[in-house]
Amino acid sequence: MPATKNRPFLLDFEKPLNELESKIEQIRELAQENNVDVSREIRDLEAKAEQLREEIFSTLSPSQRLKLARHPRRPSTLDYIQAISDDWLELHGDRGGYDDPALVGGVGRLGGMPVVMMGHQKGRDTKDNVARNFGMASPGGYRKAIRLMEHANRFRMPILTFIDTPGAWAGVEAEELGQGEAIAYNLREMFSFDVPILCTVIGEGGSGGALGIGVGDRLLMFEHAVYTVATPEACAAILWKDAGKAPQAAAALKITARDLKDLGILDIILPEPSSGAHADPLGAAGILKEALEQNLETLLTLTPQQRKDLRYQKFRQIGKFDLGNGE
Amino acid sequence: MSLFDWFANREKSETANQQHQEREIADGLWTKCPSCGVLAYTKDLQVNQMVCLECDHHLGVDSNERIRQLIDAKTWKPLNENIQPVDPLNFRDRKPYKDRLREYQGKTKLKDAVQTGTGLLDGLPVALGVMDFQFMGGSMGSVVGEKLCRLIEYGTNECLTVIIVCASGGARMQEGMLSLMQMAKISGALERHRQARLLYIPVLTHPTMGGVTASFAMLGDLILAEPKAAIGFAGRRVIEQTLREKLPDDFQTSEYLLQHGFVDAIVSRIHLKRTLAQLISIHQPFYPINAGVALEGNLSMNHEQFVVHKEN
Ligand SMILES: [Zn+2]
Repeated sequence: MPATKNRPFLLDFEKPLNELESKIEQIRELAQENNVDVSREIRDLEAKAEQLREEIFSTLSPSQRLKLARHPRRPSTLDYIQAISDDWLELHGDRGGYDDPALVGGVGRLGGMPVVMMGHQKGRDTKDNVARNFGMASPGGYRKAIRLMEHANRFRMPILTFIDTPGAWAGVEAEELGQGEAIAYNLREMFSFDVPILCTVIGEGGSGGALGIGVGDRLLMFEHAVYTVATPEACAAILWKDAGKAPQAAAALKITARDLKDLGILDIILPEPSSGAHADPLGAAGILKEALEQNLETLLTLTPQQRKDLRYQKFRQIGKFDLGNGE
Repeated sequence: MSLFDWFANREKSETANQQHQEREIADGLWTKCPSCGVLAYTKDLQVNQMVCLECDHHLGVDSNERIRQLIDAKTWKPLNENIQPVDPLNFRDRKPYKDRLREYQGKTKLKDAVQTGTGLLDGLPVALGVMDFQFMGGSMGSVVGEKLCRLIEYGTNECLTVIIVCASGGARMQEGMLSLMQMAKISGALERHRQARLLYIPVLTHPTMGGVTASFAMLGDLILAEPKAAIGFAGRRVIEQTLREKLPDDFQTSEYLLQHGFVDAIVSRIHLKRTLAQLISIHQPFYPINAGVALEGNLSMNHEQFVVHKEN
């Protein structure tokens, strides 16, 4: 029972494991009250739980991963930034009249090195989520992001971006302010920066809204994160004419880290703690920090021109087609 | 003849007339304007570049017709014509992607949704890409991305103005993330073209949406749009569903974008070629002589070269 209290957002496939864990806890308490030695039984049950955990998390379907990626307790951009960096200061505004709470950024240090960090920010609860627009950034968010990247480039600080959005905000004001232009501009400019850029999909990578801060030297992605051209729900509604077919769409669209690695889009898969990042946020942050530091170190051995050329080559080779010259 | 018979006869002949007309529309002899409903001889319409003679509505044009409209006769040289799509995800919704591809290839005689090449536009050399909405809604997958990238790279190497006529519903979902990444890939190629101080003009036609808007459609040095084209990022219906309200008629039209500062000019198709030529020739003096100069060059240096040319 205490276990469920701590974790109110239980996903279907997490339930058997959670039940077993509560049972172990109950036995432990009972034994303690009655002064019986059950350490052997507990050890067996814990081994069983470990086995179950592995079974569950090693065979997740794409739509189950999507649920994990959207888990309300999954660490957010600000959680990671606070866990991995020192001297963090959030900076605000696109200097054009907007400060988007759905895309946050600022300066800090990663292992001593000054960096500029930014990412989509989802809310912790309903109220926070409304304020953050569920992590769906507006043109002002993308313009704040590029302003901070230009700042980073000017002061020779590496750029770290964290991707976690269902997609760019689809609304009247967003169109009026040029959502398409804002994203497009970022895509082009991110190819021009001299400093290293590391992009990490921490949760949900939703379409152009994700890509708008997603052009870098390396693309990293957590094991249970997803990255998709359109939400499986939208894709199902358009291609299957049935939003209920979202699980099929999630599988067909190839949205998992493994799939994207195979397609030559993703560079590095970050393993998650055994029950997912939401079960051990600090563990996940440690894994992220190590990977970011390692990759920065490698990238900093290159010249700016080498980095830019390699960045272009990395994207240039993405795509599958037939040259059609003789078969 | 009784009044009743006269009426009956008249109705009969009217239906016959209508049937005759419908057959001729189906044959393509006549075309009905979807805006004002007036019938026009398709040949007359073609002469007028598929712009309604009655109400100025711009009807859809396929890529072949568009190339004929913009490129001087006998100067079109296609690039990378043979690149064709594959089915990288083994994608199947209600129909396999492979079947859809075959179907559209049969219908349009194109391999995918874009044609690219070089040619002269009023005597000025250009690298031109034309998207074709007839092919899966002009959706952008690996082939569209690759062909446009190769076109832009060719333009960069040969110091050419790049023009892309956009007509697309957005990314091609059947190729998943490979499609999304084409947005970045093309934007990267455009960054290099830009570094070489070369001119890029996208022409936005009906409709230009989604991932195309959020990449090369909005990255022009100058951006032109045809009148009353639908241009936007999110689909109108998606926004209506989230907001649960009807949107104004002019929402996401060329005129709306002009009003909000996102296109430079709305140009009637009748004047499109002339306007493009005008813009290219105005920028021509600043063009580098070769790519090497382009990379290090600056405006004043290139301007001097132009002055020398003029005196010669
Ligand atoms: Zn008309």
